[in-house]
Amino acid sequence: MNPQNNTHSELAEKFNRDVERVNWHDKTLWFVREKRDKAAHQIAEWEQLREAASQIKNNVLSNLHDYLIEFEKNAVRYGVHIHWASTAQEHNEIVHSIIKKNGVNHIVKSKSMLTEECGLNEYLHQQGVNVVDTDLGERIVQLANEPPSHIVLPCIHWKKEEIGELFHQHLGTPKGNADPQFLTAAARVHLREHFLTSRVALTGVNFAVAETGEIIVCTNEGNADLGVQLADVHIACMGIEKIIPKRKHLSVFLRLLARSATGQPITTYSSHFQKPREGQEMHIVLVDNGRSERLASDDFRNALKCIRCGACFNTCPVYRRSGGHSYHTAVAGPIGSILAPGFDMAKNADLPFASTLCGSCTNVCPVKIDIHDQLYKWRQVLVQNGHTTASKKTGMNVMSQMLSHPTVYRFSGAVGRWVMRTLPLMINNKFNPWYKQREMPKASTQSFRSWYLNQRKHEQ
Amino acid sequence: MMNVGLFIPCYIDQLYPQVGIATLQLLERLGLSVTYPTNQTCCGQPMANSGFEHLTQGTSYNFVTNFSEFDYIVCPSGSCTLHIKDHLHDEGHPDKAISIRKKTFELTEFLTDVIGIKKLAAHFPHKVGLHQSCHGLRGLGLAQMSELMAPPFSKPESLLNMVTGLELIELERKDECCGFGGTFCVFEEAVSVKMGQDRIADHSNHGAEYITGVDMSCLMHLEGILRRQKSKVKVIHIAEILNSVNK
Amino acid sequence: MASVKKNQPSMVEFPTLNFAGDTSIDLKAQFIKTLTGIGGSVIEVNEIKEVGDYIKSTFPEPARIINTITNLNFEFEILNQKSDPHDFSNVTVAIMKGEFGVAENGAIWLTEVNMGDQALPYICEHLVLIINKHSIVPTLHEAYEKIGASAYNLGTFLAGPSKTADIEQSLVLGAHGSKSLLVFLINY
Repeated sequence: MNPQNNTHSELAEKFNRDVERVNWHDKTLWFVREKRDKAAHQIAEWEQLREAASQIKNNVLSNLHDYLIEFEKNAVRYGVHIHWASTAQEHNEIVHSIIKKNGVNHIVKSKSMLTEECGLNEYLHQQGVNVVDTDLGERIVQLANEPPSHIVLPCIHWKKEEIGELFHQHLGTPKGNADPQFLTAAARVHLREHFLTSRVALTGVNFAVAETGEIIVCTNEGNADLGVQLADVHIACMGIEKIIPKRKHLSVFLRLLARSATGQPITTYSSHFQKPREGQEMHIVLVDNGRSERLASDDFRNALKCIRCGACFNTCPVYRRSGGHSYHTAVAGPIGSILAPGFDMAKNADLPFASTLCGSCTNVCPVKIDIHDQLYKWRQVLVQNGHTTASKKTGMNVMSQMLSHPTVYRFSGAVGRWVMRTLPLMINNKFNPWYKQREMPKASTQSFRSWYLNQRKHEQ
Repeated sequence: MMNVGLFIPCYIDQLYPQVGIATLQLLERLGLSVTYPTNQTCCGQPMANSGFEHLTQGTSYNFVTNFSEFDYIVCPSGSCTLHIKDHLHDEGHPDKAISIRKKTFELTEFLTDVIGIKKLAAHFPHKVGLHQSCHGLRGLGLAQMSELMAPPFSKPESLLNMVTGLELIELERKDECCGFGGTFCVFEEAVSVKMGQDRIADHSNHGAEYITGVDMSCLMHLEGILRRQKSKVKVIHIAEILNSVNK
Repeated sequence: MASVKKNQPSMVEFPTLNFAGDTSIDLKAQFIKTLTGIGGSVIEVNEIKEVGDYIKSTFPEPARIINTITNLNFEFEILNQKSDPHDFSNVTVAIMKGEFGVAENGAIWLTEVNMGDQALPYICEHLVLIINKHSIVPTLHEAYEKIGASAYNLGTFLAGPSKTADIEQSLVLGAHGSKSLLVFLINY
């Protein structure tokens, strides 16, 4: 995904070179934010729903162990097979073993960010299993050999002409046809074939109810359902944090999820799978992959409340202007920036800094994750763990010394302003990143303090 | 008689003293007794937001030393005020730090909530766009943010509405971030500038002659872009507008 | 699992849910407005016969029309529950009953009992659902009260035809599931 180990800032800079494109990307996602606002405005109790969802998830995290036991017990009584995976690798191996046991080398998969996190597609590919992503957006990026750039709108960064060209190459649609209706119909036909011939279907899980052992999968396209109902084996993959206590709690989450994600009142299909189809095997793989570790952290535990709605992506002014691929991680955007450093601090040290801490994300989050506070806290953790440059460290040390001593501060300030006024070329040049696209502020001849002391002198 | 300590952010002290002057004059014209502690330096936010909060003991100690004996501390900056309210720590004097956090106010919230002013003798006959700086808006609650489904209100706007001749323009995106973000403005220069350019376009498209706000840092960033664009649009801190007395 | 138990924070209770939908509004009207707004169609009828007539005239031969409601005397093919779901891939229209509707989001709750075959509502080209017009509840809170603790195999809230906006946010009705959803509101 990021072979050159480029940082968000480098990738975002490239993204911004095409001004028209970044404007289009920004406007498209802002439009989704506006749709969310419109939908939320229609629910008078919206803020109470957010509070309830947040509290339910707080309860889940405080009692996760018992809920997981309860979930397993309730799922197993209907013949569902439960598997536990501590790591991404274990998850991939478990999924592969189920597929292998059924003697197939071809499966259909509906959207699951967990499987992205675990790198399942690549793993299965290496084992000789062909995975067909059936969500239209995911299929598009799969054909293009790219990861999704948004957890809900996987190919939001693709223009329809580009999709048309991609379909022309892979599906044989007429060259130059960029009509979304036509292209979607072509994808329907192409993917129908896969649905009808796949014996194993893999889905994600939006919610898993401890009280009943059922799992809920929400889609607009119906691809999860179609895949599962035509298959002999249903494999559902979920992070352990997807548990909710009671079936009735779904009312809160389902009222919030689609409205937060896309501004719809609900997705077309919200399917509750409690028992396998007759003659079908159903497997649920519950994955830890660092979640139980994060659970221990008072600072970062709340990130586990996430219901993967993507609202934080749509509202983030930085994400809109850098695109998901600039985050070089499975889940991008604000939530991704507080999750990714937990997986790999060295690789993802740049992400918590890809933010102005504006706080918009925290306030659209349906489960009230304190995203921007966690971004701030991650910055402290990363620096303490040495994930910063030597020059930044030196610079900050110098700054802190200077600002702690009033006379040094005043002297430095005066010198700085003098340089700005008399030797502007020392500062106004290409080595000064500020100066690339902005004029420097004018350096005043006297500080406020000087003015103040002068005033007081004259008053006496 | 309440005594007010004037907290002037380091970059206002050095680069935009007129904002400090306007703040002081405004408060004094309201009959307040205002003192500027002359040994203040910086609240420590630049280090803290960059992940170096552990290097802010010096600035925090200096802040506590300068400001502990005031009834109120007033600051013409939302972000600096928020930093003090959220992060001021002094291991040597923990109680003083807590007390300071409670009595530090950004200028507009001080005027509306503590002083409760209902009218101003200010005149600024221009079309003005209000940029809602994020820390003040979402951190201090200076106005209702667009993300929440809650009744609208705005402390800065209510003050601007008291200024005669001033026409407040509408915006397409009322509270999108300008892209300054502290060191973000240089380390993520491309995105930072793009965000600033987009904010400016929004204001320009709606006819703003001036862009104002409670944070000079946002305005400094926007001004840098405006001047590079050779735009006629100017920036001005809200303190300067509220202090523009009919001469 | 042991680390989960070790690492979890101290217990906080979940909240009592105090949400209730407004039953004083015209639920049927809100349901129709919402569902129509998300791409579904709704027709109110007084007699069940009208459903059969409408479908026959709207989907002429050689449409393959399957009816899952065994006690309704339409002339259409009755669902054979022993079928392999793959056999339904050429179904033009599937007719089934829904349990109830939800006004706030235009959704209809149905389980495998209504579906006959679990693949049918997703694999057919056009889906027809019939619900009692008095069955509509205001919000999902009342919906889950109605569902209670029932031990279905599969339960779905189905709200409109399948759709996607993955191509430049252009809404297209008819992704992988049915291309259209037609709901008949009846009294019975």
